[in-house]
Amino acid sequence: MSRTNLDRRALLRSGVLGASALALGGCKIFDDATRQGSAMRNVFESAGELTYRAQRLLGGKQSLAREYSRDDILQSQHPNGSVFPESAEYQALMRNDFRDFELAVSGLVDNPLILSRETLLAMPARTQITRHDCVEGWSCIAEWTGVPLGLVLDEARPRANARYVVFHCHDAIERSLAGPVYYYESIDMIDAHHPQTILAYGLNGAPLPVPNGAPLRVRVERQLGYKMAKYIHKIELVESFAELGNGKGSYWADRGYEWYAGI
Amino acid sequence: MSRDARPAKGPLIYRQSIWTRLTHWIWAACLFFLMLTGLQIFNAYPKLDIGKESGFEYDNSIFEIGARQAGDELQGFTRIFGSEFDTTGVLGVSNGQVRAFPAAVTIPSNQDLATGRVIHFFFAWLLVGTLAIWFIAGIANGHLRQLLPRRSDLRALGPEIADHARLRFHHQRRYGALQKLTYAGVMFVLLPLMILTGLSMSPSFNAVAPFLLDVFGGRQTARTLHFLIMLALIGFFLIHILMVLAAGPLNGLRSMLSGWYRIDPEPAASAQGPAGDASAPKQLFAPEQRIDHEPRSGEAQPADRKEA
Repeated sequence: MSRTNLDRRALLRSGVLGASALALGGCKIFDDATRQGSAMRNVFESAGELTYRAQRLLGGKQSLAREYSRDDILQSQHPNGSVFPESAEYQALMRNDFRDFELAVSGLVDNPLILSRETLLAMPARTQITRHDCVEGWSCIAEWTGVPLGLVLDEARPRANARYVVFHCHDAIERSLAGPVYYYESIDMIDAHHPQTILAYGLNGAPLPVPNGAPLRVRVERQLGYKMAKYIHKIELVESFAELGNGKGSYWADRGYEWYAGI
Repeated sequence: MSRDARPAKGPLIYRQSIWTRLTHWIWAACLFFLMLTGLQIFNAYPKLDIGKESGFEYDNSIFEIGARQAGDELQGFTRIFGSEFDTTGVLGVSNGQVRAFPAAVTIPSNQDLATGRVIHFFFAWLLVGTLAIWFIAGIANGHLRQLLPRRSDLRALGPEIADHARLRFHHQRRYGALQKLTYAGVMFVLLPLMILTGLSMSPSFNAVAPFLLDVFGGRQTARTLHFLIMLALIGFFLIHILMVLAAGPLNGLRSMLSGWYRIDPEPAASAQGPAGDASAPKQLFAPEQRIDHEPRSGEAQPADRKEA
């Protein structure tokens, strides 16, 4: 019995030692294994692929994000990330109230387009009151008006090998030695043709304000906010992400976030 | 030294199937990583709101961790239902840095939402996968039924609480009423709620099952519940560890590693020789608990013979 007591004491002692070592060292011991590019990180990231497949399986192509009523709009849309692009090109557009704005649609399409602001405004529009979920954790409900992206794509006629729609933006969150790193995002053809995926130019019944992405931002209602690129000037259809940024398909995916942000 | 007087040893019984043992340790790892990456994720928006959205132009938060400049110093504060506490050094500001939860309890230790999310979802999948395995195995081998509290358990609850309060633990073949209620509460209530409130935060899953948003009272309420259930799970973990330590950590560990668990000796049975004499009176136990004591499942009996 005394042996058992010793064992118990030893067990307790090693447990307390282990726990305090963990507390003193913080959770630094896991930092290396979780760093981008490490072998373990790649294992962890494989769960993202599982999430994508599971959500596509469950949600299919057409499941709709919840739409709210006007009574649910209690505040203005909270801006985040870039709120004021500094490029000369954007500043010039802004000074003229975006009247000279043009959207280019290029890449793997049979009919490349240059759409003026008037053309976009004249196309059939969709208005939806939806909830914007930021990857940080907060949500905000607002009314968005814009052209369904599917209509624009139908006109551009994507080729059979086009797999992703890439949004090129005017804003740069950081600068590298080569100059500003411009924001870009991409979605698959399923989300691109989703009925609630719109190129929004209106917010809460008024023209889209600059902090929220004027003159054009995309709404991808079944994903998180960082997928909904602001300040879009070019849409490009591609087969792979190899030629873009660090090859992960989005500014934030290049920085360790999941490319698919359905959760 | 009178404590060293060797009591008669009860028999070893095979208590935990390989499925229960495997999943138990995987869950231990899952809950560890889920909690610490969860705190990392929380740090990106260190507030808990009630409703469909977050108030930026109005206040719908019940909990907030923040920091402010007070003269030359950074001051960390924690606000709960409008009452504010100075938590400098731990919450809000730690090691001179502005961050809600300190580096010691987040994975990774630095502020890194992307990594926190990647690891959180990996272990969330692992938890869901092993829960599914455990449920299927538990239905097949009868373990689930053992965990479900029955009417007799509710009657035994009073004496059992009294015994637990006096740190008098009974090592029986079957789970006691408090054990059943606790494990059933974790497995059938807390963990499913954790998964559902987590899924309610997914905009894609919202499109699959919009009713969940109504069940939990909106995405931000679901997020708040996710946090509160995490606290309940930590409470369970602490009590679980305390109970294991108090009731005999080696016996408990052995049963969760090898499956074999030593139950209390049955005084009458050991005097008479043959084990498994369920009709023998046993003064130590509340009479109600005897109901649970008859050998039922096949797996326990060979163990009895082995010991006898």
